[in-house]
Amino acid sequence: MGWLVQSGRHGHMARYSAWRLLSEGFSGHTGWERAWRDSAPKSAYDVVIIGGGGHGLASAYYLAKEHGISNVAVVEKGPIGLGNVGRNTTIVRSNYLYPENHRFYEKSLQLWEGLEQDLNFNVMMSQRGVINLFHSDSQRDVMARRGNAMRLSGIDAELLDREQIAKLVPIIDMENARFPVYGGLLQRRGGTARHDAVAWGFARAADRRGVDIIQHCEVTGIRREGNRVTGVETTRGFIGAKKVGIATAGHTSHVAAMAGLRLPIESHILQAWVSEAVKPMLDCVVSFGAGHFYISQSDKGGLVFGGHLDGYNSYGQRGTLPLMEEVLTEGIAMIPALSRVRVLRQWAGIMDMTPDGTPIIAATPVEGLYINGGWCYGGFKAIPGSGWCFAHTLATGRPHALNAAFTLDRFREGKLFDEKGTGPFWWAQ
Amino acid sequence: MHQIRCPYCGVRDEVEFAYRGDATVARPAPDADEEAFYRYVYERANPKGWHVEWWHHAGGCRQWVKVARHTVTHEIGATARATDPLEAPRS
Repeated sequence: MGWLVQSGRHGHMARYSAWRLLSEGFSGHTGWERAWRDSAPKSAYDVVIIGGGGHGLASAYYLAKEHGISNVAVVEKGPIGLGNVGRNTTIVRSNYLYPENHRFYEKSLQLWEGLEQDLNFNVMMSQRGVINLFHSDSQRDVMARRGNAMRLSGIDAELLDREQIAKLVPIIDMENARFPVYGGLLQRRGGTARHDAVAWGFARAADRRGVDIIQHCEVTGIRREGNRVTGVETTRGFIGAKKVGIATAGHTSHVAAMAGLRLPIESHILQAWVSEAVKPMLDCVVSFGAGHFYISQSDKGGLVFGGHLDGYNSYGQRGTLPLMEEVLTEGIAMIPALSRVRVLRQWAGIMDMTPDGTPIIAATPVEGLYINGGWCYGGFKAIPGSGWCFAHTLATGRPHALNAAFTLDRFREGKLFDEKGTGPFWWAQ
Repeated sequence: MHQIRCPYCGVRDEVEFAYRGDATVARPAPDADEEAFYRYVYERANPKGWHVEWWHHAGGCRQWVKVARHTVTHEIGATARATDPLEAPRS
């Protein structure tokens, strides 16, 4: 019966299904309702989440679904989905070295695998495989170690040799004189998903469970009584809250400063690009190991790619040309055919960089105030897992085992998870 | 492309420089407590606006330069030698 039209909690929210699409086709598609209500803020909520991006919306959804807490508001200064959730390269994977990281990202990947059925929304999840190339014997050792660490935790990883790479991704230049391809680490379950749809899907599903999504409502202050949070000041008035969650990665420092917190975070820009649409030439996600370049081809045919941070503090959402030149150079070194493709668009997201490259999902020294941030490059793939863990943390006041390591105190205590091993330099992570 | 005025070499392109972070944090005294060193190593103001920061003129005179730069507009303000004070403009 799952495909039958069902009334949602608010009556106007019917399920999406093939049957529904067909029946709407007969009536000129005039019966589609808005995907979520245009909520006005109530005077108080059990939980207010600041930030209507992927993480904020997912957190609200899992608060309602997993913990039965639906008296929740997500406040967003603009329309939802225009921040980092719409400014990434849509890659989903869990191929990390440290158990604290790969167990968390694996939970997220497992949620991704069932997300469309769970949300009743097509997020275009495509498990096309993610390959990290290596170009030397020592890099192979590093990849083998990472792959083995993943397999010990039950996560899929395959070490591919030269011939397997050449067969799987024939468009790669295997014979690059300076950086010949020696092989790659493949995670077949990794892939891509549609960025916008993730925000919309979580918004709609959270709304159906009674969460208020309040757009065009900028938080201007965090009100406290003593050391306890009591709500948020916004451009649409004060909203009371028993608990407040900050999910504004890119701007976490900025929002946390409203509660007097100074964080181990710097905001940096990460650029990305998409080319004009071309015929299918790449059916997986692949990254260049000599430097940093990653690429996939969208369903529309555009080549979506990115590289390193620009490397200086910025909230500018655009980046500068020297980094673009570097990234394109690496791309052409890996796939020479790219030299004939024109770049269509460029964008940049603001990354909350932590000194160890690992996120923060934790309580803060202010009672009732929680932070979900510090996502560095990892934010998009983390959305469901992050929301799931943050919901647990907000609901119970304690972290789940999966985010227990992602504390704010780990820097003070020296318990860092520095995957890249670069030391406390935000721009080097 | 940022263009940075090196106090020694004049205006040069960003590609000649290496970014080295917030120039407003000061190293605590050797006998300061752990908390002071934690704040020095890890905590940052991360301002949305003017930021005084280190740029190493690695592809030039190899001096460290203090630069006031706006983190939203990417405007470069005043620059100074490493030992000279530099205040962030009021935005």
